[in-house]
Amino acid sequence: MTTNSLTTSQGAGRAGDKVFSGATLAAGCLILVVLFGVALFLVVQAIPALVASPADIQGGQGFFPYIWPIVVGTLIAAAIALVIATPIAIGVALFISHYAPRKLASSLGYVVDLLAAIPSVVYGAWGAAFLSQQISPAYNWLAANMGWLPIFQGPASATGKTILTAGIVLSVMVLPIITSLSREIFLQTPKLHEEAALALGATRWEMIKMAVIPFGRPGIVSAVMLGLGRALGETMAVALVLSSGALTASLIQSGNQTIAAEIALNFPEASGIKVNTLIAAGLVLFVITLGVNMIARWIITRHKEFSGAN
Amino acid sequence: MTVTAPVARKRSALTKGQLPAFAPYIVLAVALVLGAAILALIGFNAFGWGLVSAILFTIGLVAWSGAVEGGRKAKDRLATCLVVGSFLVALLPLVSVIWTVLVNGLPGIITPGFLTTSMNGVTGSFDNKSVDDGTKVLGGIYHALIGTVQITLLATVISVPVGLLTAVYLVEYGNDRALARAITFFVDVMTGIPSIVAGLFSAAFFFALVGPGTKTGAVAAVALSVLMIPVVVRSSEEMLKIVPNELREAAYALGVRKWRTIVKVVIPTAISGIASGVTLAIARVIGETAPILVTAGFATTINNNVFGGWMASLPTFIYTQILNPTSPSNPGPSSQRAWGAALVLIILVMLLNLGARLIARIFAPKTGR
Repeated sequence: MTTNSLTTSQGAGRAGDKVFSGATLAAGCLILVVLFGVALFLVVQAIPALVASPADIQGGQGFFPYIWPIVVGTLIAAAIALVIATPIAIGVALFISHYAPRKLASSLGYVVDLLAAIPSVVYGAWGAAFLSQQISPAYNWLAANMGWLPIFQGPASATGKTILTAGIVLSVMVLPIITSLSREIFLQTPKLHEEAALALGATRWEMIKMAVIPFGRPGIVSAVMLGLGRALGETMAVALVLSSGALTASLIQSGNQTIAAEIALNFPEASGIKVNTLIAAGLVLFVITLGVNMIARWIITRHKEFSGAN
Repeated sequence: MTVTAPVARKRSALTKGQLPAFAPYIVLAVALVLGAAILALIGFNAFGWGLVSAILFTIGLVAWSGAVEGGRKAKDRLATCLVVGSFLVALLPLVSVIWTVLVNGLPGIITPGFLTTSMNGVTGSFDNKSVDDGTKVLGGIYHALIGTVQITLLATVISVPVGLLTAVYLVEYGNDRALARAITFFVDVMTGIPSIVAGLFSAAFFFALVGPGTKTGAVAAVALSVLMIPVVVRSSEEMLKIVPNELREAAYALGVRKWRTIVKVVIPTAISGIASGVTLAIARVIGETAPILVTAGFATTINNNVFGGWMASLPTFIYTQILNPTSPSNPGPSSQRAWGAALVLIILVMLLNLGARLIARIFAPKTGR
């Protein structure tokens, strides 16, 4: 069989194809390598802190007594943020998808997205300079009237730089994430379901309750999980707003600390085993957020065929 | 032919009483007046007035609707009030943040030399003097601007090729293989890496590679790339996906190689979306503080070498000026500088966001069909 020009004479082009597809494949693999590298380097640099004698770790009791209170503090801050942000975010998403006039809706969505564009350090500065001062009378009131609840136990912090303030700032930062994802999902609700509900005489709220919310529930759950991931890892809002301290149950006293803020505040001056301790703390944070995000993504992928939120 | 006896007609459910269309306005007016009255008793302020009026409006409208229209309509009105209210509540922090930054930042930004001088040699005694004598606040953000631009530029140079090539792989070569699905999944997961963990990774990586305590602009750029790559991948992927398949098939039919089709046909078609996605990614990382904090250190002087020495950036400048004022006894000048820098940073981010929209609009492919 003789070779023909169609299969032989295009060596250059074929090489180009190979090189290009190889380059794209390499870039794709690089991402996997980077993510693996993040885990690997954090583990390698964290091991000295995990095996060090307890007396060398800050606090003198070893790594786990050191990390435990700030893990709890992180969870408290994130929980406050989600408790505040979730209902408001769902409300905003519903407003944009089902209540606002059609023509205004996209620009209103853009306004909410602006919230996400503001850098976290600016939120931190705002929380420290403005919000904490404005809100401290409210804390005094809470301490005086709701003080029997452990979470509002007085005396309230005079500066207002408490975990509750930090949580409120965090809630502002996770709000746009939850809003934009839920909005996408609410807009995906089949029009026929909505119209059927309205045709049967449902009010707008009943239509939302019966058609939109059940359809969007998995999407809302994963949006909240993604917001949780953000709230857990957010650094600046907490580092600037919270005057940190030991773990306390009261949300309106100074105290508590989160992992991210602990790292940011101490890493620049740290040396020796302290660096390893903080990297180990970062590893803990990484594992927690990775878990939360993977669950959220898994929920989204499972419902991909009808949610469209990906 | 029967004589119709007058029947006592039951009121139809369809025509049962409804509130007139102007009812909400009446309730709103009443609520505003009542709110003002209540606030006048306990000390007036605008925020409290708005809050009390909103609560009164909701209660009033729902109660009236419940009395006239029945429970279902009342619930509907309550839901509407709550939904609109939550949107207004969400606007509050946005307005408040922008207002705070504007009010506090303008004095800083109009100080002569703020944008063109660094903090080199500016010590606490200068700040004390400027407070005592009322002279202008010395020092500025030039070094931080230089640092931010260099670090962000290097991060972009790293992220865009990697991100774009990955997106090309996913769309053109992936074919929904296991590897492609794994990459998609982990890119999504990577979007959620806390920024400080990205910083720690980069720091740990360079500590192991170069030596402990390595802090340069390049380390920060690598940290920012970790945050930026997934954003670039996601946006480019979306854009490449919507390139019509007919374009690819037309190129193949003319005997064009796959890689030349991608480089000459697919990417140029999608370039507007890709460019705007990249701009948005830059806007996202330019305000990141935590990763730079742990990777580039704090500098007060101008450093033009991204590969050597500590480097300042706008976010870390704001952070250090607030947390550790140059003059601990007089934090005023430091906070003025911090707010000035915050204003500059917000303006930069907004310009990038605006730029992204403009790019998307200007370079959008002409759809003649």
